[in-house]
Amino acid sequence: MSRRSWIGLATMIALIGIWFLTTATGLVSTMRFPSPRDFWSALHQIATRGYANGTLLAHSLHSLKLVLMGFATAVVTGVPLGLWMGWSRKAEAAINPVFLIIRPIPPLAWIPLAILWLGLGDAAKVMVIWFAAFVPSVINTFAGVRTIERPILEASRMLGTPRLRQIVEVVMPAALPMIFTGLRLSLQASWTTLVAAELVGALLGIGFVLNVAQQDIYPGMILVGMATVGVLGWVTTRALGMVERRALAWNVAARD
Amino acid sequence: MNDAPLTLSQRILYAGLGLGLFFGLWAGLSGSGLVPRQFLPGPLDVLDRMMQLMTTPFAGATLPVHVASSFERYIYGVGLAMLIGVPIGLMMGWFRLLDDIVTPIFDMLRFIAPIAWVPFAALWFGTGIGGPVMIIFAGAFPPCLINAYRGARFVEPRLIEAARMLGTGNTRTILEILLPAAFPSIVAGLRVAAGLGWQSLVGAELIVAAAGVGFMMVQAQANVATPTVMVGMIAIGVIGMAIDVLLRQGEAIVLRRRGLQMSGR
Repeated sequence: MSRRSWIGLATMIALIGIWFLTTATGLVSTMRFPSPRDFWSALHQIATRGYANGTLLAHSLHSLKLVLMGFATAVVTGVPLGLWMGWSRKAEAAINPVFLIIRPIPPLAWIPLAILWLGLGDAAKVMVIWFAAFVPSVINTFAGVRTIERPILEASRMLGTPRLRQIVEVVMPAALPMIFTGLRLSLQASWTTLVAAELVGALLGIGFVLNVAQQDIYPGMILVGMATVGVLGWVTTRALGMVERRALAWNVAARD
Repeated sequence: MNDAPLTLSQRILYAGLGLGLFFGLWAGLSGSGLVPRQFLPGPLDVLDRMMQLMTTPFAGATLPVHVASSFERYIYGVGLAMLIGVPIGLMMGWFRLLDDIVTPIFDMLRFIAPIAWVPFAALWFGTGIGGPVMIIFAGAFPPCLINAYRGARFVEPRLIEAARMLGTGNTRTILEILLPAAFPSIVAGLRVAAGLGWQSLVGAELIVAAAGVGFMMVQAQANVATPTVMVGMIAIGVIGMAIDVLLRQGEAIVLRRRGLQMSGR
């Protein structure tokens, strides 16, 4: 193990030690931050008996499902739009001004409108996540197409490649590294937005757990909810990274 | 790409086409009654409501007052993030032990969305000004720290060697070499932090606040006052954009003084 990971390990152990000591001695009130035991019993409670309408697994799967639905919808709509804007200057000239108007509004600011339109159910969440993930998908795809070196396009055109084939076999792969950059940002935005939307109003999901725990003044459960948000975000980011490495196996920059 | 760059008049034509389609669709859907007006007020209704809100209070205050109270929290949150994040980042770039200690903690916390701090923020600091400030801080802190750290880490080694040879102390090295060398990177981080902080502010106010634009929107949503919700969205968008434009200008000035070019975008 390297020096760095030794120190990292030591830091973690020290942190847990400090956590134990400060909560056990009452230096940090357990009404404000849970002790390790509170955390463990909250975890045990939500994993086995459930809390806020469901077990930890049910909440996590529900949140994961909504994120994946919103994210997938954003990718399926955003990437083609970005490709089109990159491909055609006319499309860019027409769509970009609309984007300039909508883009400064943070995705979280759409939450009240989404609730007004679609209620507190899943549809409103998917709409907001779609919105949050859509913008980075479009913009990075567009930028990716625009950074393609002209000679590559000209070569394919000179060889008489039909337009659709040019897009699918030349433009798409060349823009792929940038597209993935956009997807990573989209995924992050999706989680932030989902947690916020569920905090505002939901009946199931990890943000809802946080919401109920806050109202119950239950620090142990709040920490469980936060840890779950972190783990889910980490897992999905890793999964996307794996897809990226597969898709970009030819790309040197993506390999290291 | 597949066609030559457009002329200015063509650009204007297409921009008009795009915007016309957008606003036309919006006004058409609401005006024709295809979507109930209560849920989709037309652009003019929203503009009308915005004018009203300048003078008539909603949810306890007029729009400018809500904006002002949002802005106050925002300045506190981003300011704190900068005051704490930049020094820690610089020190991490200089003291390797600190780097090795903080980095794993930071990596662990990175995946927790800032908004997930809301329950603890409310529990620790209440819903007045402290809670929202903490969430803005959670959003703005990481880019402040990371950029100061990267800037300090990638300082030209020769500068550090020269300083070391002359026997410069730690404090002076950090203040007089790392800080100026990392300055462009810090300013770039500040711009990112300002954007993320603004986002977090909106989230914080939707959930835990008793004033501010986000609070106004939640109240409006509860009263099915769609035009007011949209006014809130516009206000947030406009201010966010203004902050970004200002900081971009600042960044360009800083870089120009050093004879550098603005990177990316």
